[in-house]
Amino acid sequence: MPDVLPENSVGLVTPQLYHFDEPLPLRSGKELKAYDLMVETYGELNAERSNAILICHALSGDHHAAGYHSMDDRKPGWWDVAIGPGKPIDTNHFFVVCLNNLGGCAGSTGPASMNPDTGTWYGPDFPVVTVRDWVNSQARLADRLGIDKWAAVIGGSLGGMQVMRWSISYPERVRHAIMMAVAPKLSAQNIAFNEVARQSITADPDFHAGRYREHNTLPKRGVMLARMVGHITYLSDSAMREKFGKASEQLKQASLNLGRDLRAGKLSFGFDVDFQVESYLHYQGERFSETFDANTYLLMTKALDYFDPSVDYDGDLSKAFANSDCRFMLVSFSTDWRFPPERTREIVTALLKAGKQVSYLDIEADQGHDAFLLPVPRYMQALTTYLDRVKLEISSHAA
Amino acid sequence: MRPDLDIIQKWIEPGSRVLDLGCGDGALLAYLRDRKQIHGIGLEIDNQKINGCLDKGISVIQQDLNKGLQNFESQSFDTVLLTQTLQAVHFPDKLVDEMLRIGKNCIVTFPNFGNWKSRAYLAFKGRMPVSDFMPYEWFDTPNIHFCTVKDFDEFCRSRDIDVITRTVVDIKHRDSWIIRAFPNLLSEIAIYHFSRKPAKSEAA
Repeated sequence: MPDVLPENSVGLVTPQLYHFDEPLPLRSGKELKAYDLMVETYGELNAERSNAILICHALSGDHHAAGYHSMDDRKPGWWDVAIGPGKPIDTNHFFVVCLNNLGGCAGSTGPASMNPDTGTWYGPDFPVVTVRDWVNSQARLADRLGIDKWAAVIGGSLGGMQVMRWSISYPERVRHAIMMAVAPKLSAQNIAFNEVARQSITADPDFHAGRYREHNTLPKRGVMLARMVGHITYLSDSAMREKFGKASEQLKQASLNLGRDLRAGKLSFGFDVDFQVESYLHYQGERFSETFDANTYLLMTKALDYFDPSVDYDGDLSKAFANSDCRFMLVSFSTDWRFPPERTREIVTALLKAGKQVSYLDIEADQGHDAFLLPVPRYMQALTTYLDRVKLEISSHAA
Repeated sequence: MRPDLDIIQKWIEPGSRVLDLGCGDGALLAYLRDRKQIHGIGLEIDNQKINGCLDKGISVIQQDLNKGLQNFESQSFDTVLLTQTLQAVHFPDKLVDEMLRIGKNCIVTFPNFGNWKSRAYLAFKGRMPVSDFMPYEWFDTPNIHFCTVKDFDEFCRSRDIDVITRTVVDIKHRDSWIIRAFPNLLSEIAIYHFSRKPAKSEAA
């Protein structure tokens, strides 16, 4: 809760709901007859409409990427470190758009919305949406906002997958595709973690086959477990040692620090929480379970599992990029074991094979997968330098 | 513009695809883009130099030349460049092989260790040469594979490498008849433009 808003903040923002009546055909073969998208924008669209940047959110993100909704907010939007006046994604120069994706639970149409056909919640009847479906819906939002071509589309993790899909499905509408901590598709290990998360949710007795709202309850226990598992995969071993190994002076030496700080200073010799890491995961999981919809979590993990743009091109990702007309910038983080640097390099190699203009940075960072959301200095510097160049491009086009 | 780069740029075809290994801050690629409309990609390992590339709008990939170039397709570039880096890589022979695989032609520049100043330094002082141009001590130098013009000539001969042009210059990149007459003794920088010799006809 800021007493005064920081100068480099986009300040107080109000999300806007956009309604779409034209049915959206989905990859599954189903369609959404009508839907709403919850959207936030920062900065001003210029007269040429050439300075718009789309931010794509990851698994648990939403449209609230920067600024505050009220002076009582505990925290700003999820990527406030990068978006604002004078920040890498500089709202003095760019018009920044971020939306809650379809199937989400932060205002866009999703399982927690009312199904007009039944008069009750969609719940488990909400169709499985894919990255491709999201990007199609984002393209319609761009039409509505009068944006023919994005100066850049930017995203990390599942957000990066949307960026990749933009460059393939709408090559004429993207100038720069910037992706962080991303993979061309999930590995068996990635899918396995997602399945554990899904099982945690569906096995919760309060899940009621996804119709928990009809039963006046929420499967909080399941969502909490899903988040705990997910959270472990976002952190690196070194980040956890650092975070949970502060108690003892002798442990200052990194190699000795295993992050085993106790919660109450002594072992309980029971099965309750003994270590800080346990209580942290409980806390994070519980908080998440109070706000995040269980059915949305299931949908988001499926969108991750299904993502594979090479599927239409005999498994050859470079062919998928054949028509892409943007410049690419990819960033990986050294301790990310969810999507490690090798996985990002697979995309770089495919782009090189396709003869595209691509830059790639391999950033040393201790924070694991989460690093893409954090103000890692080298990463912020590269983003700033890259986007400064995009600013120049826009102003020379306008001239 | 560094004078050796000025010599190199004359060998680059307008509109061609150029891969610059160890591209530094991207100055050469930016020059070639602006003057010759090339499609360039740079490889660099140093963070600040990479930032220099991004600042110029040059596509740059953070990659260690010592870990190979398997991510590049065969014959996917017109020209592959390696300027003042050959002597600093772990396996110069393997790297040149890779350059010939990826590029239709290649350009390499390196400091000529056969230069009379290096010879005299070693002969009279009995110590590894240190100069303004190569300011490192033997223990901290990144330059681990020095060679001479004669060495590189022999290297090309033994590997069926077709030297298209060899230019030898002094440290100010002046080219003169006297340096050309005694390249191994007088030149300080050697600049080679080469390609793979066409395969010999099977019929013979």
